[in-house]
Amino acid sequence: MIQLEDVSKVYRMGKVEVPALSGVDLTIDDGELVAIMGPSGSGKTTLMNILGCLDVPTSGRYLLDGTDAGRLSDNRLAKIRSRKIGFVFQSFNLVARTSAVRNVELPLVYAGVHARRNPARHALAQVGLGDREKFMPNELSGGQQQRVAIARALINDPTLLLADEPTGNLDTASSAEILKLLGALNDAGRTVVIITHEEEVAGFAKRVVRMRDGRIESDRVQRSRTEVTA
Amino acid sequence: MNLREAVRIALRGLRANRLRSVLTMLGIIIGVAAVILLVAIGNGVQSSVNEKIQPLANLITIVPSVGNVPGGSPPKDLIDADVTALQDPTMSHDIAAVIPATSGKALAETDSYRFRTTVVGSTDRWLDLNNGDMAAGSFFDDAQVRSTARVVVLGPSVASYLFGNDPAAALSHTVRINRQTFHVIGVMQSVGEPGDSATIMPLNTARRYIFGGGDKVNQIIVQAAQASVVPAAENDVIRVLSERHRIKDTANRDFEVQSLRSRLDTFNQILRVLTLFTAAVAAISLFVGAIGVLNIMLVSVTERTREIGIRKAIGATRRAILEQFLIESLVLAGLGGVIGIGVGVGLSVLGSVLAPALGPTFATFAPAVTIPSVVLSFAISLVIGLVAGGYPANRAARLRPIEALRYQ
Repeated sequence: MIQLEDVSKVYRMGKVEVPALSGVDLTIDDGELVAIMGPSGSGKTTLMNILGCLDVPTSGRYLLDGTDAGRLSDNRLAKIRSRKIGFVFQSFNLVARTSAVRNVELPLVYAGVHARRNPARHALAQVGLGDREKFMPNELSGGQQQRVAIARALINDPTLLLADEPTGNLDTASSAEILKLLGALNDAGRTVVIITHEEEVAGFAKRVVRMRDGRIESDRVQRSRTEVTA
Repeated sequence: MNLREAVRIALRGLRANRLRSVLTMLGIIIGVAAVILLVAIGNGVQSSVNEKIQPLANLITIVPSVGNVPGGSPPKDLIDADVTALQDPTMSHDIAAVIPATSGKALAETDSYRFRTTVVGSTDRWLDLNNGDMAAGSFFDDAQVRSTARVVVLGPSVASYLFGNDPAAALSHTVRINRQTFHVIGVMQSVGEPGDSATIMPLNTARRYIFGGGDKVNQIIVQAAQASVVPAAENDVIRVLSERHRIKDTANRDFEVQSLRSRLDTFNQILRVLTLFTAAVAAISLFVGAIGVLNIMLVSVTERTREIGIRKAIGATRRAILEQFLIESLVLAGLGGVIGIGVGVGLSVLGSVLAPALGPTFATFAPAVTIPSVVLSFAISLVIGLVAGGYPANRAARLRPIEALRYQ
């Protein structure tokens, strides 16, 4: 379970203080599929950085599975990212010149797991790329790269799958595939948070949180979800 | 993160920029190879010179001083009785053998040729003490010394000048020295000058026919029991002769004691300093190589900022990133060190094979690789990897993930 309590984030740009988040309260239960929406500058990226333990709030509390992740050292944050968070980025962010299966293995390397090859193969098969494990990122299509990234995000069995504009660099068909995959993962019980500015993507989530000027503008559960057809 | 994985990541990174990695390593390769080769050459010179001189290193030569001290007592000559005194085994247990020698320049003639030679009169042990060997015939023996036989043994230069290049051709011929005729009974092998243009004959023969009578000798050759006791033997010689010549003040000493051993020590000391100096000059290139590694590691970190961000996002700790880049620079420098050792040892071995083929002068410079230089230069390359990689790796480890991920 994820709980944000009165979370604020202020960036210092020289002498000027720029508030990015002000007093955000948000609770996400296990197994939810949440879309966080908002125009650029609304604070959704800052929110994602805090949810993903890439950054810490200036004030307020962030409880991830009961641990306050807002007051941790660099090192502890890295450990939490390793164990509890799976990232999917807009630009895939696979490590170049490293095969698909090795990319998927990487989180296990940093978690200190020795038996890596088999779980990595299994994760690749789960996203439908069992036959592409030796391919380099530049030999894969955008949709395939994003699926490798999803496999990599899943390998450590994270509490939270965080997807930042996961379909932003993809064509319509690939976008539908990725959304379907994320939906399937959620159906299997995985908590998924998608940050997006696309209405179609939001339409597919069970719950939509809209941001504006660093605050939550609206937070509603959708009864009528868009069905994704690939 | 385990070490094998880290080394694999490092090697993959280096392979991805193969040319750049090789060029970076080149500085270290050249530095290490130069250090090893130069130390090997210095060591080769030292050991070949020592090898040549070692058999003579236990010899001590005593000659009369030239000139006398104003106001001092008139200098005494070295005489047979001095030799006999030194031969007394109760005087010193560090002296193994003592032989007298007289010498002087003279003209050796055959019917067709003349050669200006150094005539040496000594005992049958002269050849042995000077570590010489015969090329043809034999050296004179004790009986010939006692009987004042008119026989000579020629140095190789004398023999080849008077009788041609075949040493055996000189045997059973005669030479005239000071209008006296002598039988050639042997020719020595080359030992280098001045021995090669010397003519050796029994001491009494030389006194009777060349230098005139008397019991004067102008050289006493003392053989110490071994090279390490040369200083002790020298002291014994000085003590015995000072007593016999009634010398109380060292400034009035009328003889000089010389040994190859002490000159060899000086030579070795100078050569060691020279070798260290040249190695230090070669090490400058290692320093330049270190800057190359530092430079390329900084480029590598900047280039891979985004990759560092990704790795951090999926759970890499600071330490893991630090290790990754440290190991990369260690592998870079260490690999350069290993290749440099290969090149340095290879060139040294090549030199040690080729140098003797080029002639005896070059053979002196045949390199001999020393293990400490190999170990030390490898250790230095690893230190270079550690130091030159430390700063860039630390910079990489401190990158903030959100900024690194945003880096284009």
